Amino acid sequence: MTDPVVEVTDLVKRYGDLEAVRGVSFAVARGETFGFLGPNGAGKSTTIKILCTLADPTSGSARVAGYDVRKQRDTVRRNIGLVFQDTTLDAYLTGEQNLRFHADLYGVSRQQVGPRLKQVLEMVNLWDRRGSVVSTYSGGMKRRLEIARGLLHAPRVLFLDEPTVGLDPQTRSSIWEYINDLKRREDITIFLTTHYMDEAEHCDRIAIIDHGKIVAIDTPEKLKASIGEDRVRISTSDDQAAIKELKDQFGLEGAVHDGLVTFTVASGEQFVPRLFAGLTQPIRSVSVARPTLDDVFMSYTGRTIRDSEATASDRNRATVMAMRGGR
Amino acid sequence: MATGVTDRDVDPVTEAIRVSIPERGPRQDLRAVGIVWRRELIRFRSDRLRAVTALIQPVLFLFVLGTGLSSLAGKGMPPGVSFKTFIYPGVLAMSVLFTAIFSAASIVWDREFGFLREMLVAPVSRSAIVIGKCLGGATVATFQGIIILALAGAAHVPYDPILFLTVIGELLLLSFTLTAFGVMMAARIKQMQAFMALTQMLVMPLFFLSGALYPLNGLPAWLAVLTRFDPLTYIVSPMRHAVFDHLSLSPQASSFLTPGVTWDGWEVPVGLSLGIVAVMGAVLLGIAIAQFQRTE
Repeated sequence: MTDPVVEVTDLVKRYGDLEAVRGVSFAVARGETFGFLGPNGAGKSTTIKILCTLADPTSGSARVAGYDVRKQRDTVRRNIGLVFQDTTLDAYLTGEQNLRFHADLYGVSRQQVGPRLKQVLEMVNLWDRRGSVVSTYSGGMKRRLEIARGLLHAPRVLFLDEPTVGLDPQTRSSIWEYINDLKRREDITIFLTTHYMDEAEHCDRIAIIDHGKIVAIDTPEKLKASIGEDRVRISTSDDQAAIKELKDQFGLEGAVHDGLVTFTVASGEQFVPRLFAGLTQPIRSVSVARPTLDDVFMSYTGRTIRDSEATASDRNRATVMAMRGGR
Repeated sequence: MATGVTDRDVDPVTEAIRVSIPERGPRQDLRAVGIVWRRELIRFRSDRLRAVTALIQPVLFLFVLGTGLSSLAGKGMPPGVSFKTFIYPGVLAMSVLFTAIFSAASIVWDREFGFLREMLVAPVSRSAIVIGKCLGGATVATFQGIIILALAGAAHVPYDPILFLTVIGELLLLSFTLTAFGVMMAARIKQMQAFMALTQMLVMPLFFLSGALYPLNGLPAWLAVLTRFDPLTYIVSPMRHAVFDHLSLSPQASSFLTPGVTWDGWEVPVGLSLGIVAVMGAVLLGIAIAQFQRTE
């Protein structure tokens, strides 16, 4: 890759005993939309914090727009735009006041503030609402305003940390329309994190991160093609018996995910008749799907992203219980 | 000073707006101080409720406590001097006390609502942000003090321009020091409730020990010592001096009511008194900046 905009080498971040990022390396090319895909707690936010100079790496190095995040912090900051997971707007100020505050803080030259302000606000369709106090904005409008603000100082890289988390599906897709539009209009590289599979599909390339390590990195198409096999889900009255039969009869490894016996097999549609002939367990329903990023995630990490979220929340619950019990 | 300005084309499709961001420098930091300061004013202007509630307490002290106690405390007063006049400088100090510390509390809100992060990731020095915040808090608090100052007539204090300018300057100094103290606390305390509880716990003793409601002479030793440790004492005393210098009083009455701060019998001059407050403000500001300088 010639002249990468983001370049990360052997990045490690430790918080006490916890190793949040365990040796991550990757590069993002100019103009690319690069996604970090992984469950909560996989190390996505920590990596983005380091790239935005909000946290120092324990070891390893990271360069953004050609500058070292540790040694040239201010230069990095001038060249990046940030949209965080949680809103960072002043709800008591108007949309325009929020943006003007940002322009002064980033030192955008005074003659340019006006035209640029209009341009970014029009891009996210908020020009008409610029005089309203932000507390009157909807969740989607707030997120759009943050995107406009992140672009105000014409950064080389725009970081979006879970840009659509907490928004309803309709608003999520409209945010993506704005992001795609933005890619056409500005010479910008986008780095985003997400735990939504459908969102990762918008990226030119994605890195799957799990337990602080990158387990796969490629275009969504190539990642899906690398799996090759279709995913079959069946519903039976006795899942454990069905799994055993799958193993004995066909040599397939099945597992229960989201309440369905799930396994992968080459050309699934042709396999279904053999499945019915071979299984003694009655089958209530069957579905065959082409590989999705979910399957990619599963094949690299051994579980679905929903499973990992569930175990993460189980873990939290268990911790809380233990703390309560300990009293 | 505009060294190494980076220009880049922004919008190749529609009209090209060139955005240039200069290297960080003193002028850049000054602009950041300006906008952080201005934000405090904008927010204060839009929050009238806060301005009104902050006035309730000083008005209560001046008119209700001042009037109610004057039949008792008035007996100890030299003839022609009202108890309200006596506590007026202390009430002025009180009017900025709450507002200044509440302004600093907005940092705790800003952290909770994420806005602090927007400021901390900006390519400006963090001292610019802290200084802007302290100046903003000081301005807003002084403005509250000026409202109480407008009530001077009700406390039988003359509307004298020199007196007003002196008192406003002193209020500004006090407000800045108090905001710096609040910001320093807000750097450490992440929860609003804890911040409120702690400042409430500190504010009332500060006020009561400052000699705002009683003269500093003839106090029992323990109380005399405590008042000398209260930073507010060193601003209430000069303000009272300023007010009583503009009243026509006999020298005895004057020295009885404004004995000044004494250290083991030595009277601390007004300049030193104000200097103590200024140095404290600078030290607190320094600590606050150092605390915001740290990264993870």
